[in-house]
Amino acid sequence: MTDPAILLSLDNITKRFGALVANDAISLDLRESEILALLGENGAGKTTLMNILFGHYVQDEGLVRVRSNGGDMNSLPPGSPGAALAAGVGMVHQHFTLAENLSGLDNIRLGTEPLLSLGRRAMARTRIKSIIAESGLEVDLDRRVADLTVGEKQRIEILKALYRDARVLILDEPTAVLTPQEAEGLFVVLRRLAANGLGVIFISHKLGEVLAVSHRIMVLRGGKKAGELTAAQADRRAIADLMVGKAVAEVTRTPGSIGKALLEFDDVCLGKPSTRTALSHVSFKLRAGEIVALAGISGNGQTTIAALLSGLAVPDSGTLRLDGQPMTRTSPRRLVEAGFARMPEDRQHDGVVGTMSVAENIAIEDVRSPELSRFGFLNRNAMQTRAQSAIAAYDVRCPGPDAEARLLSGGNVQKLILARVLEREPRIILANQPTRGLDIGAQAEVHRRILAARDRGAAVLVISEDLDELFALADRFLVIHAGEVVEAGPADALDRATIGLLMAGQSHTTEPLAQ
Amino acid sequence: MSLRLDPREHAPLFLRLLVSLVAGLAALLLVAIPVMAAGANPFEAYLLMAQGAFGSMFALSETLNRATPLILTGLAAAVAFRARLWNIGAEGQLYMGALAAVMVGSGFLQLPAPLAIPAIMLAGFLAGGLMMVIPAMLKQRFGADEVVITLLLNFVVILFIQMLIEGPLKDPLAMGWPQSVPLVAEARFDKLIPRLRMHWGLIVGLVAALILWLMVKRTVLGFEIKAVGENKAAARFAGIPVDATMLKVALISGGLAGLAGVSEVAGVKGYLSADLSPGFGYSGIVVAMLAGLSPIGSVLAAIFIAAVFVGADSMSRATGISNYLADLVVALSLLCVLVGGFFLRFRLRWQSRQEA
Repeated sequence: MTDPAILLSLDNITKRFGALVANDAISLDLRESEILALLGENGAGKTTLMNILFGHYVQDEGLVRVRSNGGDMNSLPPGSPGAALAAGVGMVHQHFTLAENLSGLDNIRLGTEPLLSLGRRAMARTRIKSIIAESGLEVDLDRRVADLTVGEKQRIEILKALYRDARVLILDEPTAVLTPQEAEGLFVVLRRLAANGLGVIFISHKLGEVLAVSHRIMVLRGGKKAGELTAAQADRRAIADLMVGKAVAEVTRTPGSIGKALLEFDDVCLGKPSTRTALSHVSFKLRAGEIVALAGISGNGQTTIAALLSGLAVPDSGTLRLDGQPMTRTSPRRLVEAGFARMPEDRQHDGVVGTMSVAENIAIEDVRSPELSRFGFLNRNAMQTRAQSAIAAYDVRCPGPDAEARLLSGGNVQKLILARVLEREPRIILANQPTRGLDIGAQAEVHRRILAARDRGAAVLVISEDLDELFALADRFLVIHAGEVVEAGPADALDRATIGLLMAGQSHTTEPLAQ
Repeated sequence: MSLRLDPREHAPLFLRLLVSLVAGLAALLLVAIPVMAAGANPFEAYLLMAQGAFGSMFALSETLNRATPLILTGLAAAVAFRARLWNIGAEGQLYMGALAAVMVGSGFLQLPAPLAIPAIMLAGFLAGGLMMVIPAMLKQRFGADEVVITLLLNFVVILFIQMLIEGPLKDPLAMGWPQSVPLVAEARFDKLIPRLRMHWGLIVGLVAALILWLMVKRTVLGFEIKAVGENKAAARFAGIPVDATMLKVALISGGLAGLAGVSEVAGVKGYLSADLSPGFGYSGIVVAMLAGLSPIGSVLAAIFIAAVFVGADSMSRATGISNYLADLVVALSLLCVLVGGFFLRFRLRWQSRQEA
């Protein structure tokens, strides 16, 4: 059997941003019918490489070559997405590029046809239907994109690429927004497309799915190719070490001792029913020494629960109880004073003031405390001292306490926030997407800190879209769907499939699962 | 070779000062073109301007006299802009401050000087502050755009003042001129030096700049204003009362503009008239921008702009070139500073392009 033909080849691509070398002489070949996973931590250079391939960035050195229909390898002019499209390269970005108020059909056709095109709509529909039949990308073409689920929007994006005769399909973190079941569905489609000759590049930082779907795995680290192996040779441990460049210490979880309920949601409703942020009749308890996971597809009310626990919202009806006492008139400051630690979902936007210093950002929540100010005047020395010890204790990599927070990487911003909220020994911790966008090393650090806080007796609620993370941390699971929270039980008795079904809104009482 | 831009991580203080200085010089260079077109030697013109602004004790006094309200309106703009509150209404706030000073200080209260002066200053501060607190509240409650509201309120206030000085506040002894009853002697600012127009308002402006500088650097309020201005969402999340902080900023900003009005009435004119301010409120915006929103810088920028105006008047008398030149210098300095701000944020680098 001869090797399938090479569809795409990147030759010694180098890209620098100032002093940073984002891609350092990376070469890559993609063959027909192959699914190649591009694996790496954040900042490893995956997205930069794909943006060069697709013409969003211009490489400093190197060539991109794509096989033409005739079989020659033609080099693509740098910096031209149009040329990449014409050569048969299709890209599905992490953030979709769809016109929300148009139908799926029109989104797929958009930009491919002249302004006046009588009768072409019907032709387009016929063609898309046949692509759907071939690929299994089932989707209602006539609904407005705004009304589609995230999974359906992703299918529209893939159809869009296929409709433009893509022979190479690039998917940037395609499973970040999907339930486990939807992700499995996507993998089936990808295998089918590959079997029909499509070359697929699949960008991810999740090991499990990469092993499940790809034929070949290329690992990037710090802008360089760290290794390349076939899926058959690969095992999780080896790949993780390749990604990080050193052996990763696994975070171990010991069972905690669970105490009394500290915080209670009692029949909480908030927002107009059936909107994406509404909560309806939510009741649950957070107990001392326990980590509770809130699993759910994003946009099912998690942000509202987080807002309530951050003090940014109050319930329309129902009660929040702290130590059995109803909390009235909550505000961020009151919650901080009551011993809440809050890690915001969007740490760059809500967590830090980028143009203020590390020291100021560490002090920001309790700048009015007697420790940090007196008679309205700041105690800069105390702020400085606190910042220095926080930087040391939490390993915040920064030029110093006076460095502006915007210069910190995402992982270090999160460590700064941990230092700010955990140093006060909080009793209740809200960790909203605590490791989103962090590399494996920083993830382990954040997990260790959260577990340590639990062992000290704090009640923790972790909200995350990453089920692996939730299983690594949680003692007990809650699942949120359409604003309703169901108790899923202790983590030990659960598996991903059960959680997945609950996330999709099927209750486990009506749909018993095989044990 | 190609030109590329790299974002700067940090702009050191000397660079910021340099940019302001170079911007001022660049503006003077550009204005040299119309000066030559008008048939004069630009060096001579600028020399005359400098003499007119700083050449004698009298000239210096005139410049500082002119700078006094500009310091206060410049501070008013700087403190608001730091919090991303766009107060374009310093002109109206200035007139309201002047009005309050006249209402309180024209004999309605019989107070000795040590009390009368604080009384008119407090009244002017509160009146100006209120003129900014109201738009800030409208913004918080209804999302109304403060730029539009404060800008338009300027015209409302001036018409209101005209109505008053033609009516109930009109001075019966002013031989028909539209001006208000005068301040009593106890409520007037003393001259700093006899026979020169420079007055205690200058000290008020300098003290205000010092206080503001201290507030920005050292106080919790300054910390909170910075947080709210730079990232409202993060400030709210961290428990800083965003709305209350904004109202404080509005009060301080409007209040400072109000003090500028008090200072003009109590230090210069002695009464309120509709030509009290030749646009001090608007020039304050230029002052603040030239100063990079720094309180101490605002003092220097105000003196620079005052010198340009005062110097242009005397140059105009000597050379016959219109004193509109001053407006040109001020406008071009602002443009040059805005361009300079670009160089503070980015570093230009020549780079050779390697062919792949």
